[in-house]
Formats: sequence, structure tokens, C-alpha cells
Amino acid sequence: MMEIIGIWMAALLTLCILSFLYKDNPFYKFAEHLFVGLSAAYWAVYSYFNILYPNLIQPLFGHGQLLLIIPLVLGIMMVMRLFPKVGWVSRWPLAFIVGSYSGYNLITYLQSNALEQVRATLVPVIQIESWKNLFTNPGVMTFLNAIAAPVVVVGVTTGVIYFFFSKEHKGVFGGFARIGVWFLMIAFGASFGYTVMARISLLIGRMYFLLHNWLHLI
Amino acid sequence: MLVAGINVEAFEVLSSSEPPVSPTEVLAKDKPNDAGGSIIVTWRKSDDDVEENELVKEYLVFRSSALDGEFELIGTANKGFEKFVDGTTIDGTQYYYMVKASDRVLHSPPATSEAVSSSAQWFHSGRISMLVATVMICFLILWFIRKAKKGKELYIRPIAGLEAVDDAVGRATEMGKPIMYIPGIADMDDIQTIASVIILGRVARKAAQYETSLLVPCCRSIVMSAAQETVKEAYISAGRSDAYDADKIRYLTDDQFGYAAGVDGMMLREKPGAIFYMGTFYAESLILAETGHSTGAIQIAGTAMPSQLPFFITACDYTLIGEELFAASAYLSKEPLLLGSLKGQDMGKAIIIAILVGGVILVSLGFTKIIAWLATG
Repeated sequence: MMEIIGIWMAALLTLCILSFLYKDNPFYKFAEHLFVGLSAAYWAVYSYFNILYPNLIQPLFGHGQLLLIIPLVLGIMMVMRLFPKVGWVSRWPLAFIVGSYSGYNLITYLQSNALEQVRATLVPVIQIESWKNLFTNPGVMTFLNAIAAPVVVVGVTTGVIYFFFSKEHKGVFGGFARIGVWFLMIAFGASFGYTVMARISLLIGRMYFLLHNWLHLI
Repeated sequence: MLVAGINVEAFEVLSSSEPPVSPTEVLAKDKPNDAGGSIIVTWRKSDDDVEENELVKEYLVFRSSALDGEFELIGTANKGFEKFVDGTTIDGTQYYYMVKASDRVLHSPPATSEAVSSSAQWFHSGRISMLVATVMICFLILWFIRKAKKGKELYIRPIAGLEAVDDAVGRATEMGKPIMYIPGIADMDDIQTIASVIILGRVARKAAQYETSLLVPCCRSIVMSAAQETVKEAYISAGRSDAYDADKIRYLTDDQFGYAAGVDGMMLREKPGAIFYMGTFYAESLILAETGHSTGAIQIAGTAMPSQLPFFITACDYTLIGEELFAASAYLSKEPLLLGSLKGQDMGKAIIIAILVGGVILVSLGFTKIIAWLATG
């Protein structure tokens, strides 16, 4: 019985949300407010039991890890926002969060977005085996394999050139930057198509739920 | 044949074979470049450990804190392996390791290591390239900040999306509609959100000057706090502290699609004249941008999420691609500190291009050591 009630609720709320495709209406508003309110409450409870309790309350008060007094104090300072007279105190933990994460991210970004990318791009531009393959067995795939390495090197180099901000994109430099934009746009086009396919599969999943689980039509 | 009631012949089917030959050269050493608590044990395979037979099925690794003490089994390694990492050691305590080859019935005589203890290292020698890169980038940034502070004019090329920011605020003002600023769905630990909050300050200052209402729906409570502080500061610096309304910078929910549903509803009811999407976005990007587009608002987006950029490019009037989002704060404020930082980063990119071009030539000529030099550990 509970399962049937659940399926009916899910189906009706799905229709309420899909009614947005027509225009804003009371059914959408109801589903939207329910979604926002329920999820906000869910995340509040989730945050307490999965973040606050196991990472702060239990180790501090249960196991006496006194070092955790520092985040506890920072957390209390953050809550001071609720009291206008001492609200300025919350700027300190905010400054700590922004400063510490900026510093931390400098290293991770430099590693993953710069050095590792450069390392992965250092390949011989002429892959002799691939070219031999192309001449012995001409075809689209062997051709693409042969030109893969130079395309990657040119794409990465001109892509980085596009993101130069302190030099005007004119002349030869501007030409390289334009090639970089072409590479970016082709990559975005491929990504667009790939992601749209994933979104359509989500829509198919929802339609299947309505037609199969709810209406038993398929 | 029966001995004491046991069928000895049947027993010998299982255990009649000789135990495997022992592994040799058992060495134990502290695991390098770690925070302690680990010892690596290596050995040379047993002579019986070959593909053709099953005389050795695994290696048993034992540990003791005294050579003549009791050895405890701490783990196994499969046939063919010559290494085991013990990640349960206490730094400073001496351990002896013993390795036996086994066919899961009979074990070889043990081979024992010398005493060894684990310790933490201050420096990770495999990450020297990271240290060099970080020091170099920091030096370049500080160098150009110093130059900018001394009054040297630093050029920044026009970025269409950023030049349109003031126009978008002006357009919303002329239409008598509010501005909506969406700072993404990530928390303040994300560098894109930090960049977004900085841009929000600039947008808020313009909105305050033009006396236009600014709505900032947030997906994270910390982002809401940071956004409130930033907008308040901007209103004060524009001399319009009276117009600041903290309730317009509100938290909706942490849930990705709950947030998208809430923002969509706000868009349709508030009908903003300009919408900014700056920060980290995932699958909600197109849901938001399409709804914003349907309201007729001018839309400017900026993100470094490669999978979401195509959607913003499709549905928005202007899009800041990746690094352009991080350059926005310098571009908009023209502050020497930020301009110098941007110039320093550009020099870093120039070095990266030089390494790329030079590296590819060297690798093509067979000099592949450069790849190892760039390893980040």
C-alpha cells in the first residue's frame, strides 16, 4: 500500500514539475516549494549526522581531541551573524576559509591543471608506427591515429595562447589564439552532444517511471 | 595404509609434496616520501614460483618487534609478487619481517629481514617539480604586483563578456527590473566560487550606484554569508548602505535540483533584467540558463567546468570561458594588485608554452627524461 502511495506521489509531483514547460502555475509552485523546503531540511539533518557529529562533536566530546576546539570556535564565530551587534565576528572564519582554500587550491590546480597536463602532452609529434600503418593500410582511423599526436600538441599550445590576457590578440599571436578558439569550440561541441545524450537518457528514465511504474502502459 | 586410524596415503595426496623453496634477499625499508607509518618489504621470488606450476600460490608476510620474538602474520602477497607494504607500523619502533612462500598447505622455511623502523619525511623528493613551479609562479606574481604598484601600466586585452557586465546592469536599470546573480552550486572551498564572489562585489557596486535591486540565491550557507558580506561592503563603498537588503541574498537549499527549481521559480516571478551565472555548475546549468533565456533577460555566464560551458555558450549572451572567470576580478577592478597577479600568471603560461614546445621537440628526438623531471609525485 505504502509503495502505491509513494508511486502516486512521485508521479503527481513529476507532473507538477513538468507543468513548468507550459508556464509558471500553482502546481509547479507547490512542487517547487515542497522540493526546496524538504531538501533544505534533509540537508540540515544530513549535515549534522554525517559531518558535524562524526567530525566534531564525537571526537571532541567523546574522545577528547582538544585540537577540534579551533573549528568549534570558528563555527560559533560564524553563527554570530545571527546577532547584528556582533555579526562582524563572522568575517574572521570567512576570511580563514577563503584564504586557506585559495592557498590549498593553488597547489592542486598547478599540479592537475598545469604540470600534469603538460606532462601528458609531451609526446613525439611523429609516431613512426602510426604513419607506417597509414601507408600500409590507408583509412580514416589510421589517418586519425597518425595525426592524433600533432593535433593534441597544437590544440593544447594554441589553447593556452588564447588564455593570454596581457597581450593583444593580433598578428601571428592572434592567429594562434584563433586556432585555440577553434579547438575549444570543437571540444565544446563534442561535449555538448555527449551531455545532451546523457540528459535524454534521464528524460527517458522519468518517462519510463510514469508509463511503466505508474500507468503500467509499457 | 592406516596409521592411528588415519589414511596416510589420502593425506599425502594433499601434503606429500615438499614445501616450496624459500624466497631470498628479504629487505625491509622505510617507505620514502610519506607521513610515516609505512615500511616496504621486498624479496626475490622463490625458485618454485613459476608460471608452469602451482608450487607457490602466495607469500606470507610476518612481523615481530624482536628477532627471537613471536612473528605475527600481517598480510599476504600473490604469487609472482615481490613486494608488500606494511601500513600499520608505529614510527620509531624497530620491526623484523619474515617472508614464507606457501602453496596454502605447506610453507617454505622463513627468510628474515634486518631490523627497520618507519619515519615521516619533511620533504617529498618526488614533488620537487611542484616546488619549483610554485616558487616560480609566486615569484612572477609578486614581481609584477610590485611593478604594478610602482605605477607601471599593465595591459589587459578586451574580454567581451566582462565588457558587457556594466551594460547588463545598465539595461536592467533602464527596464526597472532586478539583477539576479547566481554564484554556482559549490561551496567556498572551490576556487571558482571565490572568483565568483569577487565578481559579485563589482556587480553589487554597480547595482548600488544605479539603485537597482540585486537578488543572490545561494546553494550553500557559507556562500550566502560571504555574498552578504561582499554585497554589504560594495553598497557601503558606493555610499548606498541604506539600500542594502540582506534578505535579497538568500539560501535556498543544498540540493542541486531543489536549488535549480527554486531559482527557476524566482526567475519567472521576479523577471530579472540581467542574470549572471558565475562559478561552478553541473547538470543544472542548462535548466537555469534556458529559463533565464525564456524571461528575456540579458545573460552573462562564467565557469571553468568544461562539461557545462557548451550549455552556457548556447543559452547565454556572453560566456566567460575557464580562465577568463579568474581574470574577471582584475579586469573589472583594474586594481594594481590583481593586474600584477594576472600578468604574473600570464608569464607562468608563457613558461608552460616554452616547456611544451621545447619538451615535444626533445621527446620527438628521443630525450624522454624531461617527462620524468615534470613528475608531480
